[in-house]
Amino acid sequence: MDLYQELILEHSKRPQHAGLREPFEAEVHHVNPTCGDEVTLRVHVEGEGADAVVRDISYDALGCSISTASASVLAEEVIGRTVAEAMVTHEAMRAMLTSKGEDPGDEDVIGDGVAFAGVAKYPARVKCALLGWMAFTDALHQAGIDTNSTTTAP
Amino acid sequence: MSNATTATVFDDGELARIRAGFPILTRTVRDGRPLVYLDSGATSQRHTRALDAERAFSEQVNAAVHRGAHQLSEEATDRYEQARATIAGFVGGATDEVVFTKNATESLNLVAYGFSNSVAGQDKDPRLSLGPGDEILITEMEHHANLVPWQELARRTGATLRWVGVTDEGRLDLDGVHGPALGELLTDRTKVFAFTHVSNVLGTVNPVRRLADAARSVGALSVLDACQSAPHLALDVADLGVDFAAFSGHKMYGPTGIGVLWGRQDLLAAMPPFITGGSMIETVRMEGTTYAAPPQRFEAGSPNAAQAIGLAAAIEWLQELGMDRVHAHEQALTERLLAGLAERPWVRVVGPVDGVDRGSAVAFVVDGVHAHDVGQVLDDQGVEARVGHHCAWPLHRRMRATATTRASLAAYTTPAEVDALLVALDRVPDVFGVAS
Repeated sequence: MDLYQELILEHSKRPQHAGLREPFEAEVHHVNPTCGDEVTLRVHVEGEGADAVVRDISYDALGCSISTASASVLAEEVIGRTVAEAMVTHEAMRAMLTSKGEDPGDEDVIGDGVAFAGVAKYPARVKCALLGWMAFTDALHQAGIDTNSTTTAP
Repeated sequence: MSNATTATVFDDGELARIRAGFPILTRTVRDGRPLVYLDSGATSQRHTRALDAERAFSEQVNAAVHRGAHQLSEEATDRYEQARATIAGFVGGATDEVVFTKNATESLNLVAYGFSNSVAGQDKDPRLSLGPGDEILITEMEHHANLVPWQELARRTGATLRWVGVTDEGRLDLDGVHGPALGELLTDRTKVFAFTHVSNVLGTVNPVRRLADAARSVGALSVLDACQSAPHLALDVADLGVDFAAFSGHKMYGPTGIGVLWGRQDLLAAMPPFITGGSMIETVRMEGTTYAAPPQRFEAGSPNAAQAIGLAAAIEWLQELGMDRVHAHEQALTERLLAGLAERPWVRVVGPVDGVDRGSAVAFVVDGVHAHDVGQVLDDQGVEARVGHHCAWPLHRRMRATATTRASLAAYTTPAEVDALLVALDRVPDVFGVAS
């Protein structure tokens, strides 16, 4: 099954940066109401606006391999990056996942995120792969970061 | 393989004839694999007789029912009312006790809003009055459709919502092993007791007569969610002793958009309407309106007449097949499935593990693998099962499962399909590298 790339299975078994840590500016709880997947996610950012740096993403994910692995890849790709860079990655992930298989993803932009390209062929699972990302952007908003002004940044 | 060789009631020839009524069962999925449809508990496939009846009505008879006096309208009304009579016969009720709704969810909301509209209205019936100090009793195994409307009714009226718990085995905790017993929960404060006949997750068949009698003994009305029983076993509302029963057409080989509320005549007569508008009135003046008698009182607006007629056709097909035989067939397949799952120690069935007082919904978890992932592996092999919490989130919390995979069977399910599920399931531990 091309959906379950080795990389996804590895991330789901050993999720990177898992667990809830201090310090953090915002904590959010997102659920996928159709299946009951849940993620509690915290962000720790330093700085203002697009130049703010994501110092930490910590999370507690309860869900399928796709949603758990996605949260793991999110943390791996985004920790240490600026919010502007994180938003570019998020947008590239979203574009790939909603492309119905047309967009294979760019490894230079989304790193291990390319392993999720197969998810795009299964519309019911796209939400699983985006759950952590939606939680992350929500957490940024709650931390007072305006991500809208950053989506077109470099 | 298991030695569960229990003979199925439908032999191969009869099963082939049954399946011929469901053209969809011959299609393939996921790159040419035969469809193994095991999600009939969510929605069953539709019998061609239901589809043909809908189409014939639409092509030959269609007109507004219960309006106008031209010939077509008369014929359409007649067909619509014949459908009502067929359904009344199927559940053992009187024709004017059958209300057509959009689905079972609307049927249950109709009753819940009947209570609060009675409280808000002028002619309060003591049986339908509800307020602070009164109690609504439900169970922890309810589908959200028989849970959220009662939470909302409690919120609107100030009444208190209570619930019967569930045991580790997946039965109602009537004797109070883990919490209060039924006798403590059902008191003279209880105004209504709403419970499911058959759990859509656990498959548990509840002792309806006992529960309905207990409700009546304290003066509470009983409301039965019959969604998972009406398609699978002979239903007789008089024998069951309940006051209301709700079910959906699309789970019993009929169309979507049509559901049924059966209610005791004297209660429907005392109940104010839920949705108001055309065709549910007696007289309308600018100052106010009086309502039609049941069932019209509860059927505001143009009804889904073609769908009601389609449902009646599906029910006639079921009656010809014989509900006792449908039940025996599904029972044998359920036992075959449970025996197969029992041979796989990495699978935990969530619900009764034997066939006693059990319907054909079988939910399970695979150790170390989320239900979504289990379902994906099954789907990849053409086996369509349901994953998630099946609109019963509190029940899943109680059974300590985030989500389950559920196979639900129907009259057209074959032993080979049950075996296909078991074989497909064996791939799950391999894909996810967990012990099998």
